[in-house]
Amino acid sequence: MSDTIIQIKDVNKWFGDFQVLKDINLNVEKNKKIVVCGPSGSGKSTLIRCINRLEEHQQGSIIVDGNELTEDTKNIEQIRAEVGMVFQQFNLFPHLSILDNCTLAPVWVKKMPKKDAEDLAMKHLEKVQIADQAHKFPGQLSGGQQQRCAIARALCMEPKIMLFDEPTSALDPEMIKEVLDAMVNLAKAGMTMIVVTHEMGFAKEVADEVIFMDEGMIVEKAATNEFFANPKSDRTKLFLSQIL
Amino acid sequence: MNNINFLKPDKSNLNLFLILGLSLVFISIFDVFLSSFFKINATGFLPTSISFLLPLIIGFIGLHFIRIEYSGIRRLDEINKNFNNNNFNAVLSLLIIFIIIKSIPPVLSWTVIDANISGNSKEACTGDGACWTYIKVWLRRFIYGLYPNEEQWRINLSFISLLALGSVGYFATEKFKKYLTLYYVVIYPIIAFLFIFFFISGGPVFFDFSYGIIASVVAIIIGFFVPNKFKLYYFCFVPLAVYLSLNLFILPEEYVELGKLEGLNWVETGAWGGLALTFIVSFFCLIFCFPVGMALALGRRSELPFIKYTSVVFIEFWRGVPLITVLFMSSVMFPMFLPEDFFLDKLVRVIIAISLFEAAYVAEVIRGGLQALPRGQYDAAKSLGMGYWKMHIFVILPQALKLVIPGIANTFLALVKDTPLILVVGLLEIAGMLQMAKTNPKWLGYSMEGYVFAAVVFWIICYAMSKYSYNLEEKYKTER
Repeated sequence: MSDTIIQIKDVNKWFGDFQVLKDINLNVEKNKKIVVCGPSGSGKSTLIRCINRLEEHQQGSIIVDGNELTEDTKNIEQIRAEVGMVFQQFNLFPHLSILDNCTLAPVWVKKMPKKDAEDLAMKHLEKVQIADQAHKFPGQLSGGQQQRCAIARALCMEPKIMLFDEPTSALDPEMIKEVLDAMVNLAKAGMTMIVVTHEMGFAKEVADEVIFMDEGMIVEKAATNEFFANPKSDRTKLFLSQIL
Repeated sequence: MNNINFLKPDKSNLNLFLILGLSLVFISIFDVFLSSFFKINATGFLPTSISFLLPLIIGFIGLHFIRIEYSGIRRLDEINKNFNNNNFNAVLSLLIIFIIIKSIPPVLSWTVIDANISGNSKEACTGDGACWTYIKVWLRRFIYGLYPNEEQWRINLSFISLLALGSVGYFATEKFKKYLTLYYVVIYPIIAFLFIFFFISGGPVFFDFSYGIIASVVAIIIGFFVPNKFKLYYFCFVPLAVYLSLNLFILPEEYVELGKLEGLNWVETGAWGGLALTFIVSFFCLIFCFPVGMALALGRRSELPFIKYTSVVFIEFWRGVPLITVLFMSSVMFPMFLPEDFFLDKLVRVIIAISLFEAAYVAEVIRGGLQALPRGQYDAAKSLGMGYWKMHIFVILPQALKLVIPGIANTFLALVKDTPLILVVGLLEIAGMLQMAKTNPKWLGYSMEGYVFAAVVFWIICYAMSKYSYNLEEKYKTER
C-alpha cells in the first residue's frame, strides 16, 4: 500500500444529467506507467482531469500522494504543482518565449531563483531536444516541437506524476514519433505516468498496465501483455480489432 | 488597320483608344478645374444645362474608351479595376473627382487666402475668410482657461516635467525595464497628482524643514548599508518611524521646525480650463478607469456570487445612465449626501464620476478579451499549480489585454471626446472656453473659427492616441 501514489475510489461524475464516470476504482503505484484507452466520449480525459482537479468529481474520493482532493484551494494548488499535465492542444502560453513558458511556474509557484529556473528549464529542453528553440515563441514552432516544449514545461515543476491527455492526437503523423520518443525516455527515467492515448505501439513498449474504458466505466484493466494477448471482454476485443 | 468599334474598345487599337480616352478625361477635368479655380466657363456658349453636364459626359466617354480589359499596362488595369469597372462606377469616380476639385478653392480661400490673422481686435478682420485673429487673441484662454496669466508658467512647467517623466520608458536600460510597469502604474500617477496638487493648484503649502526630516534622510542614507535581506523592511518602517517619533514625542515643539516656506498662490479649480483642463481630466480618468475596469471585468467572471453580482449591478448601472446626468449628480446631488465639514473639490468629483462611468465600458471590453481566450490557457496555468491571481497576472491578463487594445483605444478616445461635457457643471475646458468666447460681445460671430480650431485640436489628440494604440498592437503581436 505504501507505494500507492494515486488512489481513486468509487468516483462518480455527472455533466448535468449525463454520467461521465461510473464507479471508477483505480490504484496507481509509484513509477508505474498506465495507459488509458477507449473510444471517444468514454470518460478517459475526464478521469485524468479529475486527478489534478481540473474537473471536480461529485462522489467518491481521489487521494493523490496522501492528499485527498477537496474544495480546499491551497491544497489543490500544492497537488497540481506535483502533478504535471500535457494537453492535446499543447496549451503553451503564446505571449511568452519557450524558455519563459518553462520558467514561469517554477519562479512564481515554487519561488525558485530565476537563474536556477532557467538552468533547470534548459536541462529539460535539452532532454526533449528543443534547447536550440528556447528563445523562440510558441507560434514559431511546429506542433511536435510545441508538444515537446509542453512536456518540458510540465517537467520543470519536477512533478511526481505526469498526466498525458492524448498528447499526439493533434499532431501530424511524422511528428508523433518525436513526441513519443520524448515520452518513452521519460518513462525509462522512472516517472509515474498516466497516459490517455490511441498509440498502441507506445502502450506495448512502456506501459505496465493498460486500462480500457467505455461509457464511463473501466471495462478491463490488465497487465500490458495480458491485455493485448488475450483481452477478456468482447468490447475490448472489438476495440482492439479496430485499432490495431 | 483593324475595324474600329467605338462602342467596344479593345486591345487591337489600344493606342488610339488610350490617346482619345485620356485626352477626353483630361479635358473634362480641366474644364472643372478652370471653372472652379479661375471662374472661367469654357463652355459658356452652350445652354446652361448642357454646359453644366458637359464635363461629366466628356469624362464618361473618355473613361469608356480607356476601359480596355487586359491591356497589358499595369497602371491602366489597376485604374480600370478600382475606379472604372463599369459605367456606374465611372460616373461615381468622376463625380468624386469633380467634388474634390470644386471644394478646394472655397476651403482654401476661407482658411488661408481671404483669412486674417494680423491685429488684435475684431476690426482687423476685413476679408471674407476666417478670422484667425480671434483664435490668436483668445489662444491663451483656450489653452489655460481662466488661469491667471502670470501663473501660467506653473501649468507649462508641470506638463513639460510630466512629459519628460513619462518618456522615461524609452530611455530605460534593460536593468530597469522590469520596474517600468510599477513606475507607470503606481509612481507616475502619484507624481502627476503631486504636480497638479502643489503646482497647478498651489495654495498654502508648508515645507517642513525640521530635525525630523533631517533625521529620516540620515536614516535613509544609512539604509543603503543595511543587509539586502532586511532592506525592504528597513525602508518601509525606519525612516517614517524616526520622523514621527522625533516630531511627536521626543523634541519639544519649538525645536521641531527650522523654517517654513509659503506655497504658491492658490488657484481654485473653477479657474482652470481650456486645453490644460482637457488634458488633466482625460489623463486622470484614463489612469483611474483602467484598473477599476479590469477589477470589474474579473469580478464579473468571478465564481463568488457576491463579487459577481456586485460587479454586474455596478457595470449595468453606469452603462445605463447618460454621462451628463452622472456629471450633474456628482456636482449637484452628491455633496448633499456628504457630511457638513467634508469637502471634495468639484473637479475631483467630476474626475471620479467620469472614471467610474468609463470603467464600466472598459470592464466590458476587457471581459470580451477574457472570454476570447481558449479554456486550455486556464487549464494549463492551473495544472502548473498557479492560483487565481498568478494565473490571471501572468497568463490570462497579458493575453486578454493584448486582444482588446483596439477596443480599449476606442473607449479611451470616446472618453477624451466626452470631456467637453463637464461644461454642464461649470468647468470650462477647451470647448467650454469656446462657448464662452463666442458669446463675448466684442467677438460675436466667430463661432465657426472656434469650432474648426477645437476640431483640429481634438483630431490631433485623438489621432495621436490611435496611432499609439496601433504601435502597441504591433509591439505585442505574437503568432498564436
